[in-house]
Parts: sequence; structure tokens; C-alpha cells
Amino acid sequence: MQILEGEGVTKYFGGLAAVSKVDFHVDQGEIAGLIGPNGAGKTTLFNLISAALVPKPGTIRFKGEKITGLKPHKICRLGLARTFQEVKIFSNMTVLENVLLGSLFGCSTGMSSADASREAEELLEFVGLSAVRTTPAKDLTLVNQKRIEVARALATKPELLMLDELMAGLNPAEVAQAMELVTRIRDKGITIFMIEHVMKAIMSVCDRIMVLHHGEKIAEGTPQEIAISKKVVEVYLGE
Amino acid sequence: MDITALTSRRFLVPGLITLTVLATLPLYGSLYTVILITTILMYIILAVSWVIFSGPTGYMSLASAAFFGVGIYTAAVLMPNTGQLLPLPVVVAIAGLISGLLAVLVGALTLRLRGIYFAIFTFGLVEIIKQVLLYWEFEVTHTRGRFVVLVDNDTVFYIMLGIFVALMLTVYFIRRSKFGLALQSIGENEEAAAHTGINVTMVKVITFGISAIFMGAAGAIMATRWTYIDPYIAFNPLFSFMPVLMAIFGGMGQLYGPVIGAAIFAYLQETLQTTFPYYYMLIFGIVLVVAILYLPNGIVGLIQKLIQRWRKGGSAEQNANT
Repeated sequence: MQILEGEGVTKYFGGLAAVSKVDFHVDQGEIAGLIGPNGAGKTTLFNLISAALVPKPGTIRFKGEKITGLKPHKICRLGLARTFQEVKIFSNMTVLENVLLGSLFGCSTGMSSADASREAEELLEFVGLSAVRTTPAKDLTLVNQKRIEVARALATKPELLMLDELMAGLNPAEVAQAMELVTRIRDKGITIFMIEHVMKAIMSVCDRIMVLHHGEKIAEGTPQEIAISKKVVEVYLGE
Repeated sequence: MDITALTSRRFLVPGLITLTVLATLPLYGSLYTVILITTILMYIILAVSWVIFSGPTGYMSLASAAFFGVGIYTAAVLMPNTGQLLPLPVVVAIAGLISGLLAVLVGALTLRLRGIYFAIFTFGLVEIIKQVLLYWEFEVTHTRGRFVVLVDNDTVFYIMLGIFVALMLTVYFIRRSKFGLALQSIGENEEAAAHTGINVTMVKVITFGISAIFMGAAGAIMATRWTYIDPYIAFNPLFSFMPVLMAIFGGMGQLYGPVIGAAIFAYLQETLQTTFPYYYMLIFGIVLVVAILYLPNGIVGLIQKLIQRWRKGGSAEQNANT
């Protein structure tokens, strides 16, 4: 079953098509990858899905329901959460408060504050941040700030989680931990759609990969298929 | 949670004592003191209301004078000296509501503006309303200004005190609620807040409205003190700038920062004006420049630093003795 699908999704910045007539879909329960050279339009596509930007023209459906034109907070409450390429945390709040906001506001069904804090604590345990729960978020290292974003997104109880370059800027050991975290999230029954530049990571965790280049989708398939695709190799290495 | 409970208890006793001293003031204070404290309370209300919205969100609003002025004009229309139409507390409440509604309307239209654009627009609002009223009085009613019913000083004082208490309770509950947490997250990172499921527009508009209610109410009661008002008096741009300066002077990190800032500021203004009528603006300006240059966290920040240093000094001495 397709949890997310897009039809002819397009976005112009002035005269430049950042994303051009892209059809895509994400299946329920899979880890889908989105790759492409710098400036290919990957983050723009994420912004279009999460409603930071509005596609023109094009439609995006989530669980069969049209979500184009909805406000970001509505989309989040429908069960579609995201993280950001440059971390966007609430710097002067504690780690716990960052995640708590997700629990308190992220889902359509109301939640008592006692339940919300219990849930936030559990998620901090899940991403391994329990020890620093009362530390201001700005005092954490990059890898831990990325974990806050993941926990905050998970606190909104998503069915689909979009990760924008979770592993950028991490060292090899941290990349391995992040990969393990991604599979653990999928094991919770959450579908994942991720942008990644670390090839080793994306090739080993993804079930299916889409490739964007100059705003257009040029390839799609299993990691093996993508690795041997002539077009993809051309785009990454030159002809 | 424990920390908030602790601080609330720590402030409960001094708060109640201050309140008792203030509530009984007309019994022992001179007329001058009562009027002075009323003015100080007015500035505190303006500064704290400003901080409710602009403190956590970081949106610099210069619309205070507009909401204050709308309150003043509401009182002038409902309580002309030719005959009071409604009882005073009702007028104050109506003035607050009208200001609040105006803020909600303006907020819904303009809160998408960020930074300097929002500041300029909100300041423009003060001028727009002033000019419209001037035009109205000149072309339609052919009058200049309005006279307001005279109310005795003690009543004005008690209503002002009532607004102040209601405001402080509101601020306290917003700070402790999940609404307050959402408000703070908007100031930290608005985009992330929206993608975390917070209806950022609604939170901002509601808060802007709440802050304007208290400004409007304070304006309505001040109108009865001034008895004559016209658009220049009611929409004086100083009432947009003063709250900002007072809040920065006091320090915005703590609930009591803007209260202390406004109190000192208003008192200073009053005394300087009476003792040094010619140099008062100069001295006032110097104090302000020094405060902004050397007190980045305001008076409250300075006090906290001194307390910390004193505690550290104390413990060092103890260590030396043992």
C-alpha cells in the first residue's frame, strides 16, 4: 500500500525549476531513500511534502488523502513528521522540553501532560539521550542535537518519518549508530523516507531508492539496481 | 515542575506583602503618592503586556500605543463628561476587549511579517489610527478632542491595581502552561515549531490579543485621570517605545524583570522631571544609554550576578577559614 504519493509535483524558484513534474511514492513500512547531487531538489521536495513550500502545480497524497495546501502543523498532526538538514532545535530549552513539545502538540488526539512527559522520557531513552534530559539543547554535540530532532519528530506519533541528511557531518561510528537507529524506528512500524549522501548508509538500509537530478526523477529501484544504473553513475561521476 | 513550584512559593509571600501594602495605600499614603503609584502601575502594565508577546516570540511590536490609545478613546466615547453611559468597570472591560479584537485582527494580517518589517508595520498602525481619528474629528464631528468624566483618584488607583493583579496572574499561568511552552518554541525556531504540530499563527495571534487587552484596559482608566484627550495625547508614540525600553532596562529573563524595570524607570522619570526640569531628558538619556551598554540582562541580570558573586565570595571565605 502506498502511504505517500506525489503526482507531477513541481516548484519553480523564479525561472528555475527546483523540482519538475516529479511522480513518486513511498510504500507503507519501507525505508525509501532519496539521493542526488547537490542542488538536485531533494530538500525542496521534502519541503513540498511537509508544506514548508506549496507545489505549483502538483498534488501530494498522504494515506490516500490530498494534503497539498494544508498548513505544516496540520500535516504533522496527520502523522507525517520530519527532521531538518541543518538542525532546527529549540536551543534554549532543555532536551526534554524539546521532545515534550512534540508529544503535547504533535498528534490530533489530545494528551494529558503526565502522559506526554512519560512518552517524551521513553523517546529520550529510545534515542539514547536520557542522561542529558535537563541540559539545554544548545549545549549538545551535533550528533545528539540530531537525535533530539528525531525524538521530537517521533513524539508526534508519525506514520511516516522524513529524515533529511541525518548522517551528514557524523563520524563513521556515529553513522553506524544512526543506521541502527533508523532500522529500529522502522521496526516500530514507522515508514521512513530519507535523504542521504552517505552512500554506504543509504545502500545498506533502504529498500528502494529514488534519484533526483536537476529537479527531475532520473531513476528508481532497489539499491542494487541503482548502483549499476548507467544514468546514475553518469550523473555522479560524469560521462 | 519542582522548580516552578519552589519559585512560586518563594514569590508568594513577598508578592502578597507587596499587594497588601499597595491595596491599603490610599489609607495612609498622600494624594501625590497614590497618583504616582497609579502612573507607575500603568507603565508596569504596558511593559509586562508588551513582554507577554514580544518577550518569548522575539517579534518586536511597536503597537502598544495603538492598543493603549484605543482603550483611551473607548473610555472617552463611553464616558463623556456630558454623562456617563456605562459603569466604570464595564467601560474598562469593553476597552480591553476592543483593543484585544483589534490586535487579533491586525495580528492575523501581519504576523507573517518578520523582524524589522513587523516592527515598522506595528508602529505604522499607531500613526494610521491617529490620522484617521484626526480626520474624523476635523471633517465629521468638527470637534477637537474629548472630555472624560472625572473619577476620584482612589477608584482609578484600585482599578489600575486590579488590572495589574489580573495581568500578573495571566502571565504566571501562561508561563506555566503548555501554551507558554509553545509560545517560547516559536521564538526559538518558528519553522521547527510549525513542523512539530504547533499552530504557530493561532498561538501568536491569541497572545498578541491577550497582551492588547491589558493595554486597552489601562488606557481606559488613564483617560479618566487625564479628563481631556485628543488623538495626539491618546496615540503618543512614547507609549510604544517606553514599554520596550522599560522591559529591556529591567531584564526580560524573569517574570519580575519588566516589573522592576518599569517601576524604576517611571519613578526616575517622575523625580527627574520635578527636580531637574531642564536637564531631565539629558540625564534620562544617559541613564538609558549606560543601562543598555553595560546591563545586557537588565537590572535583574545585574542583581543576579551580584548575588552569585556574593555567594561565591562567601563560600570562598568559609573554605579559607577551615
